[in-house]
Amino acid sequence: MQPFTKLTGIAVPIDEPNIDTNQLCPTRFNKVPRGPKHRDILFHDRRFNADGSEKEHLLNVEPFKRSQIVVANRNWGGGSSRESAVYALYEFGIRCVIAPSFADIHSNNCAKNGLLTVVLPDAECAAIRKQLRERPGATVSVDLAAQTVTDAKGQVRRFDIHPVRKKCLLEGLDDIARTEQYQDRFEAFEAAYRKERPWLYAG
Amino acid sequence: MAGKTMFEKIWSRHVIAEEEGEVLLYVDRAYVHEGSSHAFAQLDKRGRRVARPQQVFAHADHYVPTTGRDRGIEGIAIPEIRNMVKLLQTNTAKHGVTLFGIDDPRQGILHIVPPEQGITQPGLLIVGADSHTSTHGAFGTLAFGAGASEVMHVMAMQQLWQRKPATLRITVGGKLGFGVSAKDVILAIIARIGVDGGAGHVIEYAGTAITGLTMEGRMTLCNMSIEAGARAGMVAPDESTYAYMEGRPYAPKGANWKKALDAWKSLPTDVGAEFDKDVAMDGGAIAPMVTWGTNPEQAGPVTGNVPDVRNVGDDNKRAEYEAALDYMGLQSGMPLRDIKVDRVFIGSCTNSRIEDLRAAAEVARLGRATIPAWVVPGSGTVKAQAEKEGLDRIFIAAGFEWRDPGCSLCTAINGDQLKPGERCASTSNRNFRGRQGTGGRTHLVSPAMAAAAALKGRLTDVRDLLKH
Repeated sequence: MQPFTKLTGIAVPIDEPNIDTNQLCPTRFNKVPRGPKHRDILFHDRRFNADGSEKEHLLNVEPFKRSQIVVANRNWGGGSSRESAVYALYEFGIRCVIAPSFADIHSNNCAKNGLLTVVLPDAECAAIRKQLRERPGATVSVDLAAQTVTDAKGQVRRFDIHPVRKKCLLEGLDDIARTEQYQDRFEAFEAAYRKERPWLYAG
Repeated sequence: MAGKTMFEKIWSRHVIAEEEGEVLLYVDRAYVHEGSSHAFAQLDKRGRRVARPQQVFAHADHYVPTTGRDRGIEGIAIPEIRNMVKLLQTNTAKHGVTLFGIDDPRQGILHIVPPEQGITQPGLLIVGADSHTSTHGAFGTLAFGAGASEVMHVMAMQQLWQRKPATLRITVGGKLGFGVSAKDVILAIIARIGVDGGAGHVIEYAGTAITGLTMEGRMTLCNMSIEAGARAGMVAPDESTYAYMEGRPYAPKGANWKKALDAWKSLPTDVGAEFDKDVAMDGGAIAPMVTWGTNPEQAGPVTGNVPDVRNVGDDNKRAEYEAALDYMGLQSGMPLRDIKVDRVFIGSCTNSRIEDLRAAAEVARLGRATIPAWVVPGSGTVKAQAEKEGLDRIFIAAGFEWRDPGCSLCTAINGDQLKPGERCASTSNRNFRGRQGTGGRTHLVSPAMAAAAALKGRLTDVRDLLKH
C-alpha cells in the first residue's frame, strides 16, 4: 500500500450531504478491473450524459480536474460496500477526503487503499468549502503525523485518527503481514474453537 | 456485575489478538458473489490461496439474468455480464470454494441462500462482500459487509482486523397493525434515526413488535440496518429461530443439534446489560411506509404527504429536500397517494422470501396489474416453494411477470434496469439516484404495498385494498 504522510493539493468542495457509493461509482462500473478507466467513473452519472458528453460538474473543470482533496459534507460514502468507489476516487487523483462524518465500510475501504479520511466538525468543513468556492484552485495541506489540516486561509485545524489506522497509513503497512505475526495464536484459537463448536465442522 | 449484550458475547468469543484497540477477529463464514472479482484478483496478485475454502460460500446473484435461464451461462447475451458469472465459477473452482451457481437449483441471493441452507447460524461472525450482510443478524449472528481488500484478507486468513463498534438498542414495543410489515418497521426506524443514525454502532432490535416477527421479517429488518449506517443489526435467537433452523441442510444434526442449541440459548443479551444508545418506538403507531426522496430516511407513512419545503426551517435541509424532489420529479407537499408509478419490482435481498411473495400474492389476487410488475424470487428454493403453493399462478393471472432468482432490479447490473425518468415502486433497499438505472426513480415499499401499487398504478395504502 502507498503510504500517506503529507499532502498539499487542490481541494474541491462538495456540499451535498449523504454522497453514497452509487454516486462515486455507479453500479454498472463495478465489473471494471481496477485501472485508469476509474478516473472517469468517479461521479460518472453526475459528470457525463448518456452520449459521453460532459455535464456541468466541478470535477470536469479546471482547476478542480486536478483535485487531490475533497472537502465534503456529512455521511460521505454510505450504501454499498463497493471498493470500486475508492478506486474511482484514487484514480481521479484524490488522496484525502475531509468530511464531518463517513460511512463505516467506505472509510475502511479508503484506509485499506492508502486514502486518508479526515473527520472535522461540520462547521469547519463548511468553512473550508466556503473558502474553496471563493478561491477555486486554492490548496489545502494535510499532515498525518501531526494530525493537522491547514486550510486555504492558512488556519491549522487538528483532527483525531485511530492510532493503528494512522500507523498503517504512514508506513503503508499491509494487513496480511500484521495478521501473520499472530499465526500461532490463530492456530491455537481455531483448535479450541473447533472443539467447542463441533457442529460447525461436521460433514 | 452488569450483564453482557449479545453483541459483546459474540464479539469477545471471536477475538484472537488486539493492537491498541484494533482487534483481530476469527471469521466463521464469508459470503461472496460475482462482484468479489476484485477480492479474488487481489488474492491472485499476492499469490495467496483461500485459507478455509469450506467456510467461504459464493453466490451467482448480482449479474445473473432473471429470464431465459434454460441456457445457463451461455444464455447470457451481454459478454461483460456473462464474463462476471463465469469469472466467479473459475475463481471458486480454483480455490475450492462452494458455489451456488447459475445452474444450481438452490441458486439465489447471498442473503437468501445461506439462511435457507442453514449456513447462517446463531453466534457466528460472518463477513460478506456486500453491505446487506447485516441481514444474517436476524439469527443472533454478528454479520457485516466489507470491501474487496477486507474480503480478500478474510479469504486469505479467515480473520479480520476491526475496531469495536458501539451498541444501539432499538426497542419496538406493542403490536404491528393490520397491513404493516417488517419493511415498514425498518423504514420507520430509518426515518426516525436517519441514514447515519446507526453509524459506528451495531443495532440490536428488541421489543414485542420484533419478537413477534417471523425469521423472514427479522431478515428484512436486519437487512436494512446498513441503510441507517449501522455496522450490523441483530435479533436475539429464540424459539422461532430454532424452529427455522432445524432440519436445514447445513444445520447441526443429532447430538450436535443439542450442543448447538445449548450454545445458542446463552446468546441473548443479559438482563441489565447496558447499551451505548437506546431508542424506543411504538410498533402500533407504524403505518405502511413509502420513500419519497433519494435516500431511505426520506420516507413517511403512505397516508401522508411529500414534505412541504416551505415549512423546512433549516436552509441545508431545505436544499437537500429540494434537490431530492427535483430528481424524483415530485411536487412539494403533494399527497404520497397521488404519486403515479410506471412499474413495480417485488424482489431483492430485502423482500424476496416466501413470506414476502405470499403477502404480495394476497394483494395481487384482488385485481390486475395496470402497469408492468415483476416478481423475482430470492432463490430457486423460494421459487419452488412459491410454485408449490400456487403463488406463481396468482401473479401470472393478475398480469405480473414471474421471473428467475437474482438481485435483478435492486442493483440493476444484470440488464434489468429502469429507463431514465421511470418511476418504480420497489421492495428493494436503496432509493439512491440511479440505483435502479441511470435517471430511474425509486419508491421503497413493502411487498404488499408494491402489489397494491401494481394494481392501482399509483402509491396506494394497501390497507384500503385488503379491507374490501
